[in-house]
Amino acid sequence: MSGHIASTNLYYAVFTALLVGTGLTYAAALVDFGFFNNVVMLAIAFTKMMLVMLFFMGVRWNSRLTWVVAGSGFFFLLIMFAITMSDYMTRGWVPGTLK
Amino acid sequence: MSNGHTRAEHFPGPLHHPPLTSGEARKHHVPHEHHPKLQHHFDSMDQQLEASTLGMWVFLVTEIMFFGGLFMAYLLYRWANPTAFQEASAHLSKGWGAINTVVLIVSSLTMAMAVRSAQTSAKPKTQVMWLVLTMVFGAAFLGVKYVEYGQKFHDNLVPGPHFVWTGQYPAGAEIFYSLYFCMTGLHAIHMIIGLGIMTVIAIMAWRGSFDARYYTPVEVGGLYWHFVDIVWIFLFPLLYLIGAHYGAGH
Repeated sequence: MSGHIASTNLYYAVFTALLVGTGLTYAAALVDFGFFNNVVMLAIAFTKMMLVMLFFMGVRWNSRLTWVVAGSGFFFLLIMFAITMSDYMTRGWVPGTLK
Repeated sequence: MSNGHTRAEHFPGPLHHPPLTSGEARKHHVPHEHHPKLQHHFDSMDQQLEASTLGMWVFLVTEIMFFGGLFMAYLLYRWANPTAFQEASAHLSKGWGAINTVVLIVSSLTMAMAVRSAQTSAKPKTQVMWLVLTMVFGAAFLGVKYVEYGQKFHDNLVPGPHFVWTGQYPAGAEIFYSLYFCMTGLHAIHMIIGLGIMTVIAIMAWRGSFDARYYTPVEVGGLYWHFVDIVWIFLFPLLYLIGAHYGAGH
């Protein structure tokens, strides 16, 4: 149910974790991992997003229906990314199809 | 969503009683007292809050797709111009970006505390304090963006006829700065709207509208505020941190 009251200690812990994540992503950006810099920064950003959604937004204590609705947003986002990029990245694979 | 009770239990209605005429008569016949904020089409305050929360999430899904279009454009053009994006990003101030990230995270904490203060029936003054703190950090974020935008105008980095790029990839850099202004601009508009929402909610809190039984506007406004924070959590690394190894100036 949406009416869950979280403890202040939990909020402070999430807050601290978010600050640590920000410091980590900054520090990681200064190290050259090549392509994996992107993987690291997106993994940290995704983790921070999950912390905000689950605890600050309280999805952790929401109904399953809210989980499905929130998840559907990211599902459709991934469909948009995947299908659009599958178009652009494969142009020219078949001879004569590249504009 | 149903709590297991049937309508008839809550609203005996004309089948069992003569039509109700006045509010007093209605109160007399309804089995238990209702919170004044409970709308007639909901069975309980819990159900009403859950419906509002779910509705807000449906709106936030449309917001994910709204920003998603710009993230899609970023993904595509960065894929097409990887080095140009690194060169262009290196000119953004990582320090300002990091400070603003921290500022927004603090505002998310104060927002969560504002919701909690309403949930625990804290004094109106306490609720307003958390809401005003949230707004102060929101305004600080916009202040930093104002300084940053000013620097970009000063450095001729605003896409258009006056865009000047002395690096190797002027075309790619202009695309990067177009995306920078679109994405951070749309985000800043959301922050400004958020400040407006928080103003209304703070006034409601000041008037003592919220307690443990009814705090839906704070909860729903908070969801919006945290969403805007999440967008920035992705904008910060994708815009500010991808150019650290390009070697050019910072």
